[in-house]
Amino acid sequence: MGLITAPDRPAAPLTSVDPRSQEGWVTTRLDFLVNWARAASLWPMPFGTACCAIEFMATAASRFDLARFGMERLSYSPRQADVLICAGRVPFKLAPVIRRIWQQMPQPKWCISMGACASTGGMFDNYAVVQGIDTIIPVDVYVPGCPPRPEGLMYGILMLQEKVKNERMRDERIRYEIAPDPTSKLYIPPPRIDELSEPFGNSVQQNRSAL
Amino acid sequence: MTAPNIVRAGELAPGAAPVTPYGIPHRDGAMNPSVDALRERFGGAIGRHAVVWGETTVYVDPARALDVVRWLHDDPTQRYDYLVDVTAVEYRDLDTPIEVVWHLRSLPFRRFLRLKAELPRDAELAVPSVVPVYRSADWLERECYDMFGIRFTGHPDLRRILMWETYREGFPLRKDFPLRGRFSRSEQLHQALAAHPENRYSMEELSIADAFQELPADMRERLGGERTGE
Repeated sequence: MGLITAPDRPAAPLTSVDPRSQEGWVTTRLDFLVNWARAASLWPMPFGTACCAIEFMATAASRFDLARFGMERLSYSPRQADVLICAGRVPFKLAPVIRRIWQQMPQPKWCISMGACASTGGMFDNYAVVQGIDTIIPVDVYVPGCPPRPEGLMYGILMLQEKVKNERMRDERIRYEIAPDPTSKLYIPPPRIDELSEPFGNSVQQNRSAL
Repeated sequence: MTAPNIVRAGELAPGAAPVTPYGIPHRDGAMNPSVDALRERFGGAIGRHAVVWGETTVYVDPARALDVVRWLHDDPTQRYDYLVDVTAVEYRDLDTPIEVVWHLRSLPFRRFLRLKAELPRDAELAVPSVVPVYRSADWLERECYDMFGIRFTGHPDLRRILMWETYREGFPLRKDFPLRGRFSRSEQLHQALAAHPENRYSMEELSIADAFQELPADMRERLGGERTGE
């Protein structure tokens, strides 16, 4: 009573779409579909150590609205994160910490180095600051600036999305977990690191002590 | 315990003229009366003094520094109850001794006193710790030891505080320390990455952590053989 019963008619066939018809279905590459989904839902893990983190907060806040890029869910746990955004200078004391955070993130994962200090050490060419976090972990996008404007960070995020969209599943190298050398703890040859972090500009004379 | 000349908020000291920053002479201004009291009490342990921009600096014998600070803290006519800072100064001139500086402030009497102790470079850089008097000196002296290598004898836990525990390059704020460090960048990075991330937890946490075996021998000894929580 009051029940709505189905009209008595034959059930529709399970495959209601004729494969030969030109309507009602699309094909796509699995690469495209997966990369589209990944690029539109990157969860960032903010590793903010300095003033760049303030700009990152501005980027995530309502005026610049990181949620437009599917990044409104900041993941403060590395195990649920896709993108490590290193914002600020990294001292040597934090080097094993950021490497452990990177190793805790599951694949697929990417890294944005935000600002001059995270990318190169910036003006801190001294005994305490890592000269670019790419000597510790692999970096996908470098965002220049001291600190970068939110527009700059968003441009870096768009570049990362572009990179994600162009990945190929058959390319197995992009999912390799880079294992550091067990003796030197580095994954870049030490002479390369020395060459990369040579003084330049005004810091050429900084090898002198004050005596 | 009531002292006669405690200056309350909003009042001037008895008989004192109001002092503005423009009224303070560069040299030879009004001296902190604690200096005369120190000379009377400790005699030869008190060296020269200087008054610059209204701030009094007095040099003390490094060996008597703890006694001087304790007296300044405890004596009812002094009552220096606030330790502002402990730091050190090294001059570029190699003949000038390294100085350890204590900034003391007496809130009841509104006095500021800067104590300095000169440490000759040819002897061991050591002064008594003032932690028995001021607990706040704990981390200040650790930082001073970390950056300058000055040993504060009697400190309960004298180890590095800014650099990591296994840092081997020396004392970064010394004049003979190169700004970019003694080791190459790759060696610095290797040593930093070889450090266990748990090395910088508190002493209690460290005693039960995996990193215990990687600690330096003297630190393992300080932590003692008692290991719980395993």
